[in-house]
Amino acid sequence: MILLTLMAIVVIAIVTQRSLFGVVILSGAYSFLMASVLIVYDAVDVAMTEASVGAGVSTVVLLGTLALVKTREARADARQPLALFVALVVGAALVWGTLQLPSFGTADAVIHRHVAPYYLQNVVPQTNVPNVVTAVLADYRGYDTLGETTVIFTAGIGVMLLLRGAWRRAQRNRKDA
Amino acid sequence: MFVAATLAILAAMALAVVRAIKGPTVFDRVLAGNSMGSLAILLLAAVGFLTGRPEFLDIGLTYGLLNLIGTLAVLRFFRHGDLAYDPGTKRRR
Repeated sequence: MILLTLMAIVVIAIVTQRSLFGVVILSGAYSFLMASVLIVYDAVDVAMTEASVGAGVSTVVLLGTLALVKTREARADARQPLALFVALVVGAALVWGTLQLPSFGTADAVIHRHVAPYYLQNVVPQTNVPNVVTAVLADYRGYDTLGETTVIFTAGIGVMLLLRGAWRRAQRNRKDA
Repeated sequence: MFVAATLAILAAMALAVVRAIKGPTVFDRVLAGNSMGSLAILLLAAVGFLTGRPEFLDIGLTYGLLNLIGTLAVLRFFRHGDLAYDPGTKRRR
């Protein structure tokens, strides 16, 4: 509860903050708060991902962006009644859509009656994995996870190729100059 | 006792948030962000013992390493103005 309040404070501060560097630091702080909330909810693996991606990698990427962009602020057209109206309508529609959902954490919601009981009963005899989440991800949905890792691997190779090309070009330019 | 420790850590986190938001200089903010990471580790340990699962401590180690990387990136950004994204400057150092 306290953590969520702190997160809300941090988000408001991020929105109102003028110094971009402060925003980077605050987003790192936000990630650590989010990780703490996830720990309290007993989802340690998700919390670790949040801390590594949110606080570690994102901070570095955001700082790299900050080094590339200009520091001058563009003048904002402050009042846009149509945009505000659209945002409010879309937000209201989304909230209205969630009203139909079963309340959070109820055991007899539809998603908990489909295959979850089967997994819970058969994980240990079928896979010998004590952690059900791990068993579902790496065993029952093994092909799905394989596809995901293939996509991420391909994306990583693409980024490395692009960066390497840029590096080579910079080297050649330096030699010519 | 662990409850008291958890509450104290949460209070310290609130103070760190205040410093990160108000922080007049950059270094206040860096320090606040860094101590936020340390407090997250402490909270992880305290909650781990509170729920009787001290295995959480191993994950705290990972957090510590990540925190170090983030702070190093920030400080390097301040020393050199960028993260040495331009490979030419990286060679020269």
